Amino acid sequence: MKDTSAEGDVRQIEPASPGQPNRLPGGRLDRATTLPFTFDGKAYSGHPGDTLASALLANGVRLMGRSFKYHRPRGPLTAGSEEPNALVELRSGARREPNTRATTAELYHGLVATSQNRWPSLRFDAMAINDRLSPFLTAGFYYKTFMWPASFWEKLYEPIIRRAAGLGALSMKPDPDEYDKGFKHCDLLVIGSGPAGMMAALTAGRSGADVILADEDFEMGGRLLSETFSIADQSGADWAAQTVAELSSLPNVRLMPRTTIIGAFDHGIYGAVERLGDHLAQPAQGTPRQVLWRLTTKRTILAAGATERPIVFNNNDRPGIMGAAALRTYANRFAVTAAPRVAIFTCNDDGHRSAADLHAKGVKIAAVIDTRPDAPRATDYEVLAGAKVTDTRGRLGLTFAEIALADGAARTIEVGALGMAGGWNPNVHLTCHQRGRPVWDDAIAAFVPGGTLPPGMVVAGAAAGALSTHGALSQGAEAASAAVSELGNRTDPDNLPEAEDAPVAQTPFWYVTGADRAWLDQQNDVTVKDVKLSHREGFRAVEHLKRYTTLGMATDQGKTSNMAGLAIMAELAGKTIPGLGTTMFRPPYTPVPIATFAGRIKGRAFHPTRLTPSHYWAKEQGAVFVEVGNWLRAQWFPEPGETHWRQSVDREVAATRASVGICDCTTLGKIDVQGTDAAVFLNLIYANGFAKLPVGRVRYGLMLREDGIALDDGTAARLAEDHFIVTTTTANAGKVYQHMEFVRQCLVPDLDVQLISTTEAWAQYAVAGPNSRALLRKVVDPAFDISNEGFPFMACGEVTICGGLRARLFRISFSGELAYELAVPARYGDALMRRLMAAGQDFDVTPYGTEALGVMRIEKGHVAGNELNGTTTAANLGLGRMVSKKKDCIGSILSERDGLNAPDDLRLVGLKPVDPSAKITAGGHLMATDGPVDAAHDQGYVTSAAFSPTMGSMIGLAFLRRGADRLGERLRLVSPLTDLTVEVEICSAHFVDPEGVRLRA
Amino acid sequence: MHDLTPITALGGSAARSDTIAGLTLTERPDVALASVAARLGQETATRAAVGTLIGTEAPGPGHLAGGEVRAFWIGPDQWMIEAPFATHENIATILRAVTGPAASVTEQTDAWTRFDLSGEDLVPVLELLSNLDHRRMASGHATRTTIHHLGCYLVRSAANTASIYGPRASAGSLHHAILGAMGAGL
Repeated sequence: MKDTSAEGDVRQIEPASPGQPNRLPGGRLDRATTLPFTFDGKAYSGHPGDTLASALLANGVRLMGRSFKYHRPRGPLTAGSEEPNALVELRSGARREPNTRATTAELYHGLVATSQNRWPSLRFDAMAINDRLSPFLTAGFYYKTFMWPASFWEKLYEPIIRRAAGLGALSMKPDPDEYDKGFKHCDLLVIGSGPAGMMAALTAGRSGADVILADEDFEMGGRLLSETFSIADQSGADWAAQTVAELSSLPNVRLMPRTTIIGAFDHGIYGAVERLGDHLAQPAQGTPRQVLWRLTTKRTILAAGATERPIVFNNNDRPGIMGAAALRTYANRFAVTAAPRVAIFTCNDDGHRSAADLHAKGVKIAAVIDTRPDAPRATDYEVLAGAKVTDTRGRLGLTFAEIALADGAARTIEVGALGMAGGWNPNVHLTCHQRGRPVWDDAIAAFVPGGTLPPGMVVAGAAAGALSTHGALSQGAEAASAAVSELGNRTDPDNLPEAEDAPVAQTPFWYVTGADRAWLDQQNDVTVKDVKLSHREGFRAVEHLKRYTTLGMATDQGKTSNMAGLAIMAELAGKTIPGLGTTMFRPPYTPVPIATFAGRIKGRAFHPTRLTPSHYWAKEQGAVFVEVGNWLRAQWFPEPGETHWRQSVDREVAATRASVGICDCTTLGKIDVQGTDAAVFLNLIYANGFAKLPVGRVRYGLMLREDGIALDDGTAARLAEDHFIVTTTTANAGKVYQHMEFVRQCLVPDLDVQLISTTEAWAQYAVAGPNSRALLRKVVDPAFDISNEGFPFMACGEVTICGGLRARLFRISFSGELAYELAVPARYGDALMRRLMAAGQDFDVTPYGTEALGVMRIEKGHVAGNELNGTTTAANLGLGRMVSKKKDCIGSILSERDGLNAPDDLRLVGLKPVDPSAKITAGGHLMATDGPVDAAHDQGYVTSAAFSPTMGSMIGLAFLRRGADRLGERLRLVSPLTDLTVEVEICSAHFVDPEGVRLRA
Repeated sequence: MHDLTPITALGGSAARSDTIAGLTLTERPDVALASVAARLGQETATRAAVGTLIGTEAPGPGHLAGGEVRAFWIGPDQWMIEAPFATHENIATILRAVTGPAASVTEQTDAWTRFDLSGEDLVPVLELLSNLDHRRMASGHATRTTIHHLGCYLVRSAANTASIYGPRASAGSLHHAILGAMGAGL
């Protein structure tokens, strides 16, 4: 290093890397490798170990962005994740990511970065006119200014404001990278790898505990990487490296660098974002760029460190004005100075440490401006005790600082960088994620973690307010010893390395009196003036202050701004800062891409799908599929020449009613019910009786909820005295199974009954139509009598088919035709469908989909999900008599409630249009043919509607007041939303074969 | 003998096998499966019958036991029994002959699809799939877990093999999710 005393006022710094004028010696860089990169199209170079911010500073670039509202030139304020200013767009094309902090972006070969929120260029930004208009753009200006006319807000004002103010822009292209989610478990999670976290991980790791040490940085060591003092007779950074090496050798310790713990959730669960590919031009094929981990922990030590607070004075936001400790980090770790001449503005001893470290690196210290009259002296540079920075100059970066000296005299000094040392705020954020409130510590004039932490969490080191290295190491060791001993491990108590330990006192100095155009929240452009305005207009509570001024609401969540805002409001309101309180910290700790929350759960993999056993066959037929829950069901099977779905559906209905059709009904829930009390159990579950159902017979059943409303309908088939198969609707399969398990385990644990789902175990096909028996005779083995006498309507039984395959046959009908359902083990479902189609050629067999199924059940007047809509009773459905009063059932008593049994209750009816060409729409309401159309005159509503090829017109099912007594009456069907009015006639819901002759044929 | 040709859960005529980064995922249609649940008051008899079926003591919660015919615990006094499909296609009948009326037996063969994941270190793959403490799940452990929103069973039959049982109808989705985790390179 050069002798500084012989130099002139502005010393030349020996460029340690060519083309990087502000590069200093030393640092934690791999200088043997040079990394080219571009910023706003201009080429620069840096080294591995640089961030984008450090590399730009090394290249003499201080200006990195424009501010949110006033478009003021901005450079980095910090050297870490708390950065409010140096936000850039990283990468290009579809990989472009806006609002990325240059201070955390790891430099890589070929990195492309672009400044944002400026036009046409960063150096000349036309929108900087806003800065001149600032008197009109104060907090809440748009609420006051753009009031009239109201309709202009959405169409005109908001788009203009959004364009003028804001951050970066998305690429609007699909993100080409993979993201993932995963789960890890550990005994002890240590958050942060500074001295406290490192010592905690070491103590716990040596005890054999299962430890995860996570740090958001790409190099472990935290603040140790930025400091020059020693631990155990070596530099802090060397001690950190040695400790990392030891931790890496322990099989029970997992190190997770580049991993931010974003939130503390219930039961010791933490969210962690691991950035696997952000330091690469693009991640390796298949490898996720980021992983969102759910960490399940038994104990957690929060060693998140502290954030240096700035000091507020006029024009304190120029590029080059930074945290003093950030300047120290840039010098010691990244071997960079923001400028050759630097001044430090401080109110505590830590600012002097920055000055000394920068000086030692050969940076000229123009002055240390210390607000304290008793400031410590220095021999190498001037210390101005009792002085303050009152203003600054410099259009695109700091050039001069104006200082008020202790005696009132003014002095202007020429500097390219100014470090602000306002003291340190413990990073308490994660302690507050479960509504814990921090408490005020007068000794360091800062909030420290409060008494109610997330269960299992302890805080150590600077995050707990212990601001000396010794304090951090000893608290880390103590916290780890306590945590692992609770988990049954033992630790060695005497392994604490020696480190500096001076009592740390912080005297608060928040802002320079008279400051107005002085920035608190640099990211949201909130000034002292805005806080004063908020106070004057009555928004004085801390939460109101935040919403009115937007202080602390940006992507940095006010990590560098909240305290000063609170201090100013407290002073104006005549309160103390703890008296004013804090706003609530919530996850995530730092911004997380939405893609990371999504992981692989996107596009076609957004949710799992369920394929029916005939899926591959149906796909070959060109079936059109519909999602029913996770199931993909064939909706209809278009044939050549059919151009409209109605043509396909009408044909499928007509062909089934004329001969035979096949439909995959595997999706209906199937629950195997066994046990000596199975019949007693079903008698309780169903509203109607099941105790006396003979073996070999099926019965239709209706289930009620406890409150008397219909839950689901289906059938139960009795295969043996102690064995039933219950079927449910597709949509309610899970819900009914859950309900039955609840009843079994909680209400009737003394009954002998066992349940298990077999929905997917069996492929089940409905074979419906007058020729269904004839078709089945070709596959069911001849040993089984399926004649009308041998196997009548509602019969069931185990059979074999195609020469011996075990199968189940049920004679049930949803379509109203002679119909069966045939089930085989799912792996044979594909083959059975092909066999049935081949065997049915003689009968012009037709596969039909869910649309034809729906049409036929509406024609038959069978209820489905549209009618079982969670508001309807058995009586509404016309099934009131099914609620047997000869026995108890779930929902029986409450179905007798007054409210469910009014004289003018809804009843299920059929509808047909008076004009057969008219339309009937589900969701339409029924009104008298004359009179007003409003809720007061509402008589009922349509639940299901379809074109009936059998009836030759549209038909519908509806709930109508006193419906059962109104057959033949004419009403108006209205749908004001779709502007529809149709005259309809009320009829029976059973349009086809009301006597049930066909299904018994 | 019937003449219907089965397909696998992934829709193929033969079991599918994929190898990525030294890990292999194999579809296993060659196993038959049935649940055995003790009837009320028949818990001891059922436990003994399960022991007879698998040739060793019935496994407790979270565990797997047995050899060619093996059982894993799926609920209080309830087990899933696994056996070779070739010899046990009619597994419910075979088991019922041993349990008698002490237990309810239900065929589950095609309710599930089994995928075997094998390779040197399965933990990085399993950690992306399921919220179990996979580093502590030793051979002989079996438990219920959620993978890609699907209720599954994870059976650790050997240190380098994990059998994943998922719902058959969602075999394709499950397979896609496991392959994705295998290819993540973690």
